[in-house]
Amino acid sequence: MKKDTILLIVGAVAFAASLFIPEEAVLVRFSAFLIAFVLCGMKVIISAVKGISKGNIFNENTLMVVATVGAFCIREYPEAVFVVLFYRVGEMFEDYAVRKSRKSISEVMNICPDSANLLVDGKIEAVDPDDVEIGDMIVVGAGERVALDGIVVSGSSFLDTSALTGESVPREVREGDEILSGCINKNATLTVKVTKDFDDSTVSRILELVETASARKSSSEKFITKFAKYYTPVVLVCALVLAVVPPLVIEGAQFSDYIYRALSFLVVSCPCALVISVPLAFFGGIGGAAKKGILVKGGNYLEVLSKAENIVFDKTGTLTKGVFRVQEINAVDISKDELIRLTAYAENVSSHPMAKSVREAFDGEIDRDRISMSEEIAGFGVKAVVDGRTVLAGNGKLMESENIDYIKTEGTAVIYVAVDKKFCGSIIIADEIKQDAKAGIAGLKKAGISQTFMLTGDVKSAAERIAGDLGIDRVSAELLPDDKVNELEKIMKTAKGRTVYVGDGINDAPVLARADTGIAMGALGSDAAVEAADIVIMTDEISKIGTAVKIARKTMSIAKQNIVFSLLIKIGILVLCSFNIVGMGVAVFGDVGVMVLAVLNSFRALKE
Amino acid sequence: MKIKAKLHDLCCANCAAKIEEKISKLEGVESVTVNFLTEKMILNAEESKLGEIKEQIEKIVHKIEPDVEIEYI
Repeated sequence: MKKDTILLIVGAVAFAASLFIPEEAVLVRFSAFLIAFVLCGMKVIISAVKGISKGNIFNENTLMVVATVGAFCIREYPEAVFVVLFYRVGEMFEDYAVRKSRKSISEVMNICPDSANLLVDGKIEAVDPDDVEIGDMIVVGAGERVALDGIVVSGSSFLDTSALTGESVPREVREGDEILSGCINKNATLTVKVTKDFDDSTVSRILELVETASARKSSSEKFITKFAKYYTPVVLVCALVLAVVPPLVIEGAQFSDYIYRALSFLVVSCPCALVISVPLAFFGGIGGAAKKGILVKGGNYLEVLSKAENIVFDKTGTLTKGVFRVQEINAVDISKDELIRLTAYAENVSSHPMAKSVREAFDGEIDRDRISMSEEIAGFGVKAVVDGRTVLAGNGKLMESENIDYIKTEGTAVIYVAVDKKFCGSIIIADEIKQDAKAGIAGLKKAGISQTFMLTGDVKSAAERIAGDLGIDRVSAELLPDDKVNELEKIMKTAKGRTVYVGDGINDAPVLARADTGIAMGALGSDAAVEAADIVIMTDEISKIGTAVKIARKTMSIAKQNIVFSLLIKIGILVLCSFNIVGMGVAVFGDVGVMVLAVLNSFRALKE
Repeated sequence: MKIKAKLHDLCCANCAAKIEEKISKLEGVESVTVNFLTEKMILNAEESKLGEIKEQIEKIVHKIEPDVEIEYI
């Protein structure tokens, strides 16, 4: 046990004993309480003296000493000792609560590796990650955390990326794959060639981001810090007025009575509970979000997000995977497999992205000997002879030019196929929608987002179809990259409430910057996205946006509860004290008690 | 230039706010954050005035919280 604690316990015992001394034994009673007071208050008195000697007169400790010594002087001995005792006990609780929240925050942040296994001349040396240079080789054993970003040069293993992404499914890495610091290597040893300095590595950047997030203060935080600045002087002036004015004005009023009330004011005058209540809530919220793979760059962004009414999505790469795949095969008088096979063969020579996706959709190997002729007709498609059959694959114009009756199909990209001049069907190629996009958007609606928008460069019909599938309210299609900012501005002007833009952060940095809050998706490993956005979602999941909104709202409500609660209690206690309904014993609760409760409440922000 | 420091035994939130405010007003300081929870100070300041700024910071911190120990990282 610490010396302070022992002193406090002895002091508490002395205090209890003093209570039994009869009031007639004036000197004994006074001495006993004085001893108890000094024992309990030693630390406060020392800190107060230290503060005063440095010229800091109005600190928490001096105020407390003035209040209790004052109470002593007007012969309220038990009260004086009790307040000091309670204050110290409260401070211990406060310390404990603060330490506990510091600990749980540092646990979230505990993704930083302490050392890296540097490979020097075939030998492994444990070094400080800071000392590893680009191009060095490091070895990451099973169960170890990857210290620096790099590329796997040998070995394959599964990585636990949950510290970065909040995702529990392990990710497989092999030779040649990129590997990010902060991940945990699950099962086999990997040798990694370092591609980034420790300071530029993912883990350092994330920590830096979350740590500096407190610099961007929310308006409620600014309000409370400003309020606190005036709070103490105002309470002190009120105390002075309360001590002097009523005894002079009211008949029969005693100075000692009003001085006592004024001293109670001093006890409540410390603004700590107010000052800590808001940033603590935000820090908890930001920490809790980080645990889920959502990086928030500042408390102000959580504030905006909590008020978001409109969410604008970029399509390609955000709602869709940005990879073109065969979506639908409409075969006519032929099996689907056969249609794909013939088309893949016919498209064998073509370098068109659509041709590539058809080849990917075909499982087998292409045997070139079976293609006796093939030619690409620019702007139309291809013509090839496969197994002696003439295959035409291309757009509607190709079918028309060859006078083939075909069934028109809606879609961004459709390949019509005819075999031996007879229409055999069509293949629809589209960008694949992300798996959880629909559920994610439904979740946003449920969370009370009033409107969702989609911006895309795609043709209108395709864009509208995707929007319809996903349940997106409004679509702006056929936009050039530069149009996106204008379109967003239009939405921000006409729609009510705050507007959030969600993009992949690669080519929409200006749009991300223009929105009230910009969210970049799938940003793991993408520096540009992390740079451009206010909130960064490490994974590809649209549903995380809903999670972020929920965290933001919860954080805001905790911050508000803390403000209202600590203000009401403090003001309530001040009022009650001025009418002498409660004494100093309750007043001290208004100081440390409120602080402890605010800290505990903020704790909830960290947990989901 | 950006400097970080750990403020050991920073125990009062209001003091942290006061320290932050006072330091931010020092000449040559571009921006400063004192985070009560991580007990960290992140300072952006002109390099040429750094020595003087550090001296002033020492004074400010010890005036407001005498028991705090500053450790530059």
